[in-house]
Amino acid sequence: MRAFSRLLDGLVYTRSRNGKLDLIASYMRSAPDPDRGWALAALTGNLDLKAVKASTIAEMTRARVDPVLFEMSRDYVGDLAETVALLWPKAEDQPPEVDDGSLTLSAIVDRLHATSRAAAPTTLARMMDHLDASGRFALLKLATGGLRVGISARLAKTGFAQAFGLDVDDVEECWHALAPPYADLFAWAEGRSDRPDPAGTPFFRPFMLAHPLEAESVDLSDYAAEWKWDGIRIQIVGTGAQTRLYSRAGDDITGSFPDIAEAFRHHAVLDGELLVKGEFQGGEAASFNALQQRLGRKAVTAKMMDDYPAFVRLYDILLDAEEDLRPLPWEQRRLRLEATVPQLDPHRFDISALIEAPDFDSLAEIRAGARDAAIEGVMLKRRDSPYVAGRKAALWYKWKRDPLTADCVMMYAQRGHGKRSSFYSDYTFGCWTADGELLPVGKAYSGFTDEELKWLDRFVRTNTVNRFGPVREVEKSLVLEVAFDSIHESKRHKSGLAMRFPRIARIRKDKPAHEADTVEGLRRLVN
Amino acid sequence: MPHWIEPHPTGIYVRPADAWIDPSVPRERALVTHGHADHARGGHGHVWATEETLAIMALRYGTASGTAVPYGEEIRMNGVTISYVPAGHVLGSAQILLSHAGERVVVTGDYKRRPDPTCKAFEPVPCDIFVTEATFGLPVFRHPDTGSEVDRLLAALHAHPDRCVLVGAYALGKAQRLICELRARGHHDPIHIHGALERMCALYEQFGVALGELRPATGLPAGDMRGRIVVSPPSALNDRWSRRLPDPITAMASGWMRVRQRARQRNVELPLIISDHADWDELTDTIREVAPSETWITHGREEALLHWCMTHQMRARALALVGREDEDEG
Repeated sequence: MRAFSRLLDGLVYTRSRNGKLDLIASYMRSAPDPDRGWALAALTGNLDLKAVKASTIAEMTRARVDPVLFEMSRDYVGDLAETVALLWPKAEDQPPEVDDGSLTLSAIVDRLHATSRAAAPTTLARMMDHLDASGRFALLKLATGGLRVGISARLAKTGFAQAFGLDVDDVEECWHALAPPYADLFAWAEGRSDRPDPAGTPFFRPFMLAHPLEAESVDLSDYAAEWKWDGIRIQIVGTGAQTRLYSRAGDDITGSFPDIAEAFRHHAVLDGELLVKGEFQGGEAASFNALQQRLGRKAVTAKMMDDYPAFVRLYDILLDAEEDLRPLPWEQRRLRLEATVPQLDPHRFDISALIEAPDFDSLAEIRAGARDAAIEGVMLKRRDSPYVAGRKAALWYKWKRDPLTADCVMMYAQRGHGKRSSFYSDYTFGCWTADGELLPVGKAYSGFTDEELKWLDRFVRTNTVNRFGPVREVEKSLVLEVAFDSIHESKRHKSGLAMRFPRIARIRKDKPAHEADTVEGLRRLVN
Repeated sequence: MPHWIEPHPTGIYVRPADAWIDPSVPRERALVTHGHADHARGGHGHVWATEETLAIMALRYGTASGTAVPYGEEIRMNGVTISYVPAGHVLGSAQILLSHAGERVVVTGDYKRRPDPTCKAFEPVPCDIFVTEATFGLPVFRHPDTGSEVDRLLAALHAHPDRCVLVGAYALGKAQRLICELRARGHHDPIHIHGALERMCALYEQFGVALGELRPATGLPAGDMRGRIVVSPPSALNDRWSRRLPDPITAMASGWMRVRQRARQRNVELPLIISDHADWDELTDTIREVAPSETWITHGREEALLHWCMTHQMRARALALVGREDEDEG
């Protein structure tokens, strides 16, 4: 357990992405089997131990600690697992702050798997007595799921791949054919066996992404134009027997959208935009705000699904049954997509229409005239482009609709006035420098709905890292898409830039902070 | 009839002696426990303190008129007998023992029970009223063994020969103690110190605390700083200043580092739990050992210690003193 608890501590305190990857990689190389497999499961959110709830931990603690002192401590520390890890009084005969080495990670997982809800407090308490504060913290985080050490499943897999010199996308391809503690995966990684065969499992394929259009125009005989919809990019992977939905980061979001997953029985891999139908749009796609209601939920109620019915507007087809279409030119894939869509449930799936324009100027006119709230801009796709992972130069472009927007990271928040007093409603946000530093580029007070304000306020309160009088500094983790009319040179911000009429266009819970825009990129928008 | 010792928001007033203990506003007559700014303010008329504390105050506030009181020597002020007893907190730190009308009162200032190579160890004094701090007055605060924390610092240094370790440590006390502890663990390389620490380190040396070879932290090319330990005040950790160092591992030595969020708030990569204050077990053990008939709790997380006293059938009260607790000091 010591190696794993040190790893978690390291991940908590290490700021740089590369530093975190190094820590994960070195752990994966050196820890024994099956400990490292369980660790990988925990880091990727695939360890499901049902017996232990937050109430189990509280109950276990109250049996040993004065409940008033426990509450005061919890109030001060904030996090239940950390509070208990720190104040746990060991049995009298144990030395106080030592991990006695008697518990391996896999022994802990076995015991937690085997215990019942009723026996869980005792099982847990016995293990607590053998660990130091770091070990207890790791144990409690493991037991309740959700390590919250600031890494995504994708980062954990990347660290694993780095440990053994693998390509993370190769790991991703076979990931869903595997189950914890991933003995086959480690055997392949260390060259002891072939790669686990992913055939028949619904695994994630990396998305093809677009560059922002910077050229004045493109030749429409080379590029096809289609609308860019303002939802979330989604990949639907169906094997006929099973269907999974993946977000852009490769996270499995099937649980949030069972209505979509159940409606898809096809054997294919499709790329599209997840949207919800808005009642005010006559059943057309609603704005991103409506979709927000459905995001990030582990379980979704029937009412949520009725109020915000989800559907997918399809862009592309990657696999048709077992046939890999990715090497084909976009034009041919488009034909295959057009042939597939009529076979799907029309309430849940439609095709993203192409924009017919004789030349680029007419396309610009059509784009400027688009009034649909769910349209974010125009996509330009090279007619002969294969479907390749990541952003490849000159293949796909996104041409976002005015106003200008930028993805920024929330840095500071301040309370508002009037009806917003007591809410943290004024946000300072920043973009990245080449050195990986976040510099403030503006401040916004509007653009969000009342519901979103409540969410933002809660985010600020639970992610405060510092207070300067009325100003709170927050964990630099939330991406805000900021819309603005123009941007100018200015001495007011350290970045040397100031936005005109910045407002929060949307909250990008789906986007990792390190992918937000750069100061350099913003500077290019200065006229 | 009011008690002869009165707690006020600005300090503790000893009525028969007409003197204040650690007053936070200028007073004519001040008894000062130790040199930290939340206890020793400038501008008093006359100060009674240990020789070391007076020297620290002189360094910080310029010349102050004062009477040096050696540990263990009794002075009298209009019927009050006063003596200074080692508190184990920083160089020159003292508990003030006051006797009057058959009653003994101990005001600890700040204290700790762990060995500290830079100052005399805390001596428990039986008394009727024990006035204690409670900086780390919650059971989550349990400081680990100092040696193992120092070893973690050295391990990080040796694991990254291309980097340096930049440690934030409070300028008075923590910085010098950390340097001494490093020396005790066999680290004899020059240690680089931020300019703000120079005079205080020199003062410690004058009082016989050997710190080994100290060099300025600035002025050397980044390459020469690889593999070195740099000590700075906590406030300088995330400063522009530290950008000249070769990819520093940011560490901080403080009891607050026990709580993850506190370390993360400071952007600390290597939190070192080294404290100059008593932790929860030391606070409660000390109260048991001193066994006063009444405990007064001055500052920190007083509610929890108050609750503990209550559940152990001990009389206690919390004093609301203002301006105590410097977040960087711990």
